[in-house]
Amino acid sequence: MYRYDEFDRRFLDERVAQYRDQVRRRTIGQLSEDEFRPLRLRNGLYLQLHAYMLRIAVPYGTLSPAQLRMMAHVARKYDKGYGHFTTRQNIQYNWIKLEDTPDIMADFATVEMHSIQTSGNCIRNTTSDPFAGVTADEIEDPRPYCEIIRQWSTLHPEFSWLPRKFKIAVSASETDRAAVHIHDIGIYLKRNEAGEVGFQILIGGGLGRTPLMAQVLRDWLPKEHLLSYLEAALRVYNEYGRRDNIFKARIKILVQALGIDKMREAVETEWARMDHTKLDLNPEIIASIRAHFAPPAYAAPAADGDAQLNAATASDKAFARWVKYNVHPHKQPGYAIAVASLKPLGRPPGDCSAEQLELVADLSEQYGFGEVRVTHEQNLVFPDIRTENLYAFYKVLAANGMGTANAGLASDIIACPGLDYCSLANARSIPVAESLGKHLAAREEEIGPMKIKISGCINACGHHHVGHIGILGVDKNGEEFYQITVGGSADENSAVGGIVGRAVASDQVNGAVDKLLDVYLKQRVDGEDLPATYRRIGAEPFKEAVYGAR
Amino acid sequence: MVLVKAGKPIEDCWTHVENGDALPEGPVTVSWARWQTDRDNIAKSPADLGVRIPNTVTTAEIGAEAARFGTIIVNFPNFGDGRAFSQARVLRAQYGYKGEIRATGGVLRDQLQFMQRCGIDAFEVPERAMAEGWFDALNEFDLFYQPAEDNRPWIQRQRRGAN
Repeated sequence: MYRYDEFDRRFLDERVAQYRDQVRRRTIGQLSEDEFRPLRLRNGLYLQLHAYMLRIAVPYGTLSPAQLRMMAHVARKYDKGYGHFTTRQNIQYNWIKLEDTPDIMADFATVEMHSIQTSGNCIRNTTSDPFAGVTADEIEDPRPYCEIIRQWSTLHPEFSWLPRKFKIAVSASETDRAAVHIHDIGIYLKRNEAGEVGFQILIGGGLGRTPLMAQVLRDWLPKEHLLSYLEAALRVYNEYGRRDNIFKARIKILVQALGIDKMREAVETEWARMDHTKLDLNPEIIASIRAHFAPPAYAAPAADGDAQLNAATASDKAFARWVKYNVHPHKQPGYAIAVASLKPLGRPPGDCSAEQLELVADLSEQYGFGEVRVTHEQNLVFPDIRTENLYAFYKVLAANGMGTANAGLASDIIACPGLDYCSLANARSIPVAESLGKHLAAREEEIGPMKIKISGCINACGHHHVGHIGILGVDKNGEEFYQITVGGSADENSAVGGIVGRAVASDQVNGAVDKLLDVYLKQRVDGEDLPATYRRIGAEPFKEAVYGAR
Repeated sequence: MVLVKAGKPIEDCWTHVENGDALPEGPVTVSWARWQTDRDNIAKSPADLGVRIPNTVTTAEIGAEAARFGTIIVNFPNFGDGRAFSQARVLRAQYGYKGEIRATGGVLRDQLQFMQRCGIDAFEVPERAMAEGWFDALNEFDLFYQPAEDNRPWIQRQRRGAN
């Protein structure tokens, strides 16, 4: 993984010193709360319902054991002993005191972590495929390009005060595990006809009030132009993006208003007239960043690795089920990618205790090469587990609440923090997720792959629009109701789900979801997923099942 | 408000003429709107000329004639509206503008270094700015992850030098 050099370290020290002084100026009254707010937001500090929330960036979701142990330390010393992984591969602490924040940032800086631009109208943490570098179906590891973007976007002098937040994702696989289409800019590594690797650039995706899928801005961009092209696109957005209405300020609205062809013309015109020479990446720069992500020293497969695995799955049904759902093929023979579930039944999705964080650090060293990934689905990934070690590894996970065999199933629910924490929320998300997960667990194997996503308000942090089943909390005269959508998808066939009908009360959510799933199970053919069934049969059968025939 | 250049408060030598008022002797600035409608008359004046541009003017509109202005005053209507960062940067980088670019409006201490990096070299700030040491902010960072218009070294280049 990427390791800081002296420049990165000194830069981050300067940032911590700057933030410490900002807090000091706020404390002595030189800064009003209105003036301080954008500064703390650009350091990931929100004021929530009960306390400050601090969001720490996990660049493209990759973590080291030292970083995990620091996350545990911060959870214990400054919070209530746990953290919460988010849908953008970051971690949040929900019970933070303002006066502690400079020290927390200084602590994180010692392990090469920061909270820079985890909020505010600026370029946010670049996200990626949690299987990057170890999956067989990728063109090349996308993370070096995420790191290049991370550095370029950090305290960018021109793009730190944009109309609205700006999110970038990079993926290199046919199977999109990074939800590229719902980003302001989405990037796929792609080969051109000559076989050279470059980038396909998508623009204008996003959820919120106006869910839109990103469209192709440029089908293929040579690698060296990555940053100059991004700079051209960001400049067009900074110049023309709307600032009169916060709900119309994302780049997706600009792309929608101009149309993708005019947007492309504007970006290409800007790109043609700007001087690329400073920003364009020479091959040595790319190579030096890629070297940080070189594969570890894999060993040959154990002669009896598969035999050991088969014996264990034959003798332990729970393990067999875990292998089926939580283990994915690795590009290296003899190794597997394993998902540790942060969705135990009846618990808040994505929460992780200090003890669990430390255990994850230990396991990554004992069974892997000291690397862990955070997924946008709020689970953790161990990228390099040897086949013959899977059973022993699983038993430790299971004994510590992280061995739930539900990755990709109905109880693997994404949920935002909702009204339990968030000052924007209209309704609670976590209790709905806890209840629904428990309710569906008994038949989730029959249901098969299923993405259920819950947001506590229209800002859609829980990605409800792109859930196979999406649940949106709404407020009706002070009561929590939930609007249900069906058929959404965040993968390479991305789509916004359709609204099934009027919102239902919280105690009716489980029953309504049951009815939707009944329709799907009855109607699906050839193992198609729910979005495929929805595309084929339309919304009516689902509406009828929940609300009756009209 | 106080005008600061090179870290020091200075006298504002420009007279900022309202729309409709007669042009006095000496260096003057006019609004972009007035320049658009009254360009020929204003251009007759022998004095130095500056222009105050709203942040909605595109650099394509002003860029070609930027060189005739001694100062271009860009506006931040509030600190969250960052359009003028791009205006300043493009004037410097793409139109080779060498005159003064002055920031007015809702300028925050913690934006000063961003502004300077984008090519802004004069700042209208509240009176308290000097007592509160706002211009220390111009030296808070000496490392940068991207090239800009201040011609300071940036990390990628420094790394290559170090190799």
